[in-house]
Amino acid sequence: MGLIGFGRNGLVSVASVMAMTITLFVIGTVYLGGNFLNSALTEVKNKMDISVSFKTDAPEADILVLKKDLTFLPEVKQVTYSSREDELLAFRDRYKDNETIIQSLGEVDNPFGARINIQAVEPVYFDKITRFINGRNSPTNGGANLIDQISYKKDVVSKLSNLIDTSEKLGWAIALVLALLSIFAVFNTISLAIYTSREEISVMRLVGASNSYVKGPFVVEGMIAGVVASFLSLALLYPAVLWVRSVTANIYGGVNLVSFYFGNFGKIFIILFVSGVVLGFLASYWATRRYAKI
Amino acid sequence: MIYFDRVSKIYSNSIALQEVSFTVKSGEFISIVGHSGAGKTTLLKMILAEEAPTSGNVFFDSIDIHKVSRNQIPKLRRRIGSVFQDFRLLPNKTAYENIAFTMEASGRSDEEIRSDVPHVLDLVGLGDKLGSFPFELSGGERQRLAIARSIINQPDLLIVDEPTGNLDPITSAEIIEIFKKINEIGTTIILTTHNKKIVDSLGHRVLTLEHGQLIRDDKEGKYAL
Repeated sequence: MGLIGFGRNGLVSVASVMAMTITLFVIGTVYLGGNFLNSALTEVKNKMDISVSFKTDAPEADILVLKKDLTFLPEVKQVTYSSREDELLAFRDRYKDNETIIQSLGEVDNPFGARINIQAVEPVYFDKITRFINGRNSPTNGGANLIDQISYKKDVVSKLSNLIDTSEKLGWAIALVLALLSIFAVFNTISLAIYTSREEISVMRLVGASNSYVKGPFVVEGMIAGVVASFLSLALLYPAVLWVRSVTANIYGGVNLVSFYFGNFGKIFIILFVSGVVLGFLASYWATRRYAKI
Repeated sequence: MIYFDRVSKIYSNSIALQEVSFTVKSGEFISIVGHSGAGKTTLLKMILAEEAPTSGNVFFDSIDIHKVSRNQIPKLRRRIGSVFQDFRLLPNKTAYENIAFTMEASGRSDEEIRSDVPHVLDLVGLGDKLGSFPFELSGGERQRLAIARSIINQPDLLIVDEPTGNLDPITSAEIIEIFKKINEIGTTIILTTHNKKIVDSLGHRVLTLEHGQLIRDDKEGKYAL
């Protein structure tokens, strides 16, 4: 009966499905965008590290002890060591096509100090790790300072994550406003359906139809609108992610939202489907409580 | 079976019923008469739990109708059949479907519906109109269809509100004959009407309402207004 009612209400049903589709589309976009940006942020975080350059005269044994100590810190995820020779080789490799540089290198001793790169569990630990390293002097070289330079870009990460947080909050706020609007749209559709069926409802009452028998079809009608809208919004998200890929083609070969969309298809579908059904249920239940009294 | 205990119904600017008390015994056939606005329909609506009294109580057997929870109201209404002047049939359903719908709404099985609907339509003389829509039926046939619907669930009480208002005298007499037969098999009937001839011909108990007050209760009364 709910399905029949949904069909009979024609254009009004279409209007409520459209309103709900827009809402679900925004919910899908916020979810998709938020998750994608967060995974991108994780990627960036993983690439962020503290780079410690040692003085050229820093004893390797001291550096290796420091490296070992660092691995025991709970805030540290990974430590990689690159000796003076490794640094030189890497430099040579990087400038192998530039003869002038390679030639000038041959005229001096190895100018590079050793280096260790430290990945923290979270970028917030960068300061603590840096303090730990700064406090280290060379025990074998009369307490001389080992470190030449410590560098990291903590601010980029915190700014980026703040930006993502803010845009996600804004997205959810918009989704919430739209959800309320679509509840009103479905509420109106169902109210109109109840008004159209008022004669039928009054006869149902008269013959002792139960609450669920009278209200059930209208609630189902609202939920059907939600289901249809969830499918439509899921279908609309696909061209949207293709568009995002095409407009971001110049950045690192394009943001691969398409594979994220397909990779999380089941999850996105469930979120939109459940949101659609819940919105439809709330709106129609509210309408029946108000207008289809037993 | 029905007991009105000092029932009043006051709307914002009018009094529909005032301190009305009476009892209806099981198996009785009662006519309620009165001018338009005397409170007849309000009284019937109270039995159907469609209106609540401002003061006083209405009992169906030992149940105080207006203290019954909302969930229990449908069960109460299934014990009451009702017929109205405007028939209240569903225009987009056939005669068969109008009755089947009532049975379905009260939770009867498909098997019961298939066996009982043709039988009850036969009883009211509409055995050959199963597939007809209300607009294809005459006024009398529509009222007979409404009667069939009201008795399909074998109610204890039948409420009949101006059943002949839209019918010619001959058809009206036929309809009243059907009600008499229904009463003879034990169903209690409360009838409201303006039709003096019908009330006089019945020779049953008559309650007379005026301005919301019960002014007369005659055991074998006549229409006296």
